[in-house]
Amino acid sequence: MAIEINGKSYDTDEEGYLTNLSDWNDQLANEMAKADGAVLDENHWEVINFLRDYYEEYQIAPAVRVLTKAVGKKLGKDKGTSKYLYELFPYGPAKQACKYAGLPKPTGCV
Amino acid sequence: MASKKFLYVNRKAPHGSIYAQESLEVVLIGAAFEQDVTLAFVDDGVYQLLQNQDTAGIGAKNFAPTFRALGDYDVSQIYVERESLEMRGLSKEDLMPLTYEDEDDDWAEKDSIHVVSSDELADIIEQQDVILNF
Amino acid sequence: MSVLHIVNKSPFDRNSLDSCLRLAKADSPILLIEDGIYAVQKNTAAAERMQQALSNHPVYALRSDLQARGINPDNIIDGISLVDYDGFVELTTEHDKLQSWL
Repeated sequence: MAIEINGKSYDTDEEGYLTNLSDWNDQLANEMAKADGAVLDENHWEVINFLRDYYEEYQIAPAVRVLTKAVGKKLGKDKGTSKYLYELFPYGPAKQACKYAGLPKPTGCV
Repeated sequence: MASKKFLYVNRKAPHGSIYAQESLEVVLIGAAFEQDVTLAFVDDGVYQLLQNQDTAGIGAKNFAPTFRALGDYDVSQIYVERESLEMRGLSKEDLMPLTYEDEDDDWAEKDSIHVVSSDELADIIEQQDVILNF
Repeated sequence: MSVLHIVNKSPFDRNSLDSCLRLAKADSPILLIEDGIYAVQKNTAAAERMQQALSNHPVYALRSDLQARGINPDNIIDGISLVDYDGFVELTTEHDKLQSWL
């Protein structure tokens, strides 16, 4: 599979996760969201950027429980709840947000 | 699901085979399901925890930084056999500092790595429900 | 005729290094790569064997394999030379045969 933007093609796996981490850009994230019928606002971006930083530091996409805890610590307690994150990413915060962030599917996600 | 005590025994060097990386992946999956996870590093497995690994020159993924995420996954019991370190001229100072935040102690940051003797590690092995070898 | 001996297994996990040292002719060079480079560190259970090997053989180790494994190049047994990939290629072309102690 692939995503086309301005004539450039970006490879993804069969579930829509970007093949090459380094291909990622803002526009790609917006396109992926659009395909899911979503529009990214600043709250989404906060989580997406958080995930990219997390991956940069630890070389993994965190499991949802770990993500929730880490978001609470970094972005404030009110945001570190599964309710908040599921409202932003109804397909599952780890799964969906990781996809938009250009990361692989989180380890332990089925 | 009642939580069981899982021990992962790591005995291989990090980059010469896929064992170390696979083990870490399985550990993270196990921990995501909130099992009680303990890691043991024995023989060449102790090399997995060495500081300053930089795999850019060999074109392999550097998974060493992922060990530092173990604290986030509530994996805080990491045992390294002293005899294995000594045979390799290593000490705890050569290993990456790995920490966790203790929920029961006002989230104080604590050391996850414990260097133990063979006898102590033998006792730890005895206490487990499930042992996985890599 | 000269043979370049290559060891890619940890001396603490396999006997590749021992077999190499037993069967390599004097003066033939030994190149340590991949997990074989764990033999370069000082103060290990293999250090004495390496020290002895150095009196009979030139010993080389691949620098990027040390870096990947977090082995400090400043703390290796005196007399072992570090080579990069170009040096690796050069060594292989300088010798008639390669013996890899897998």
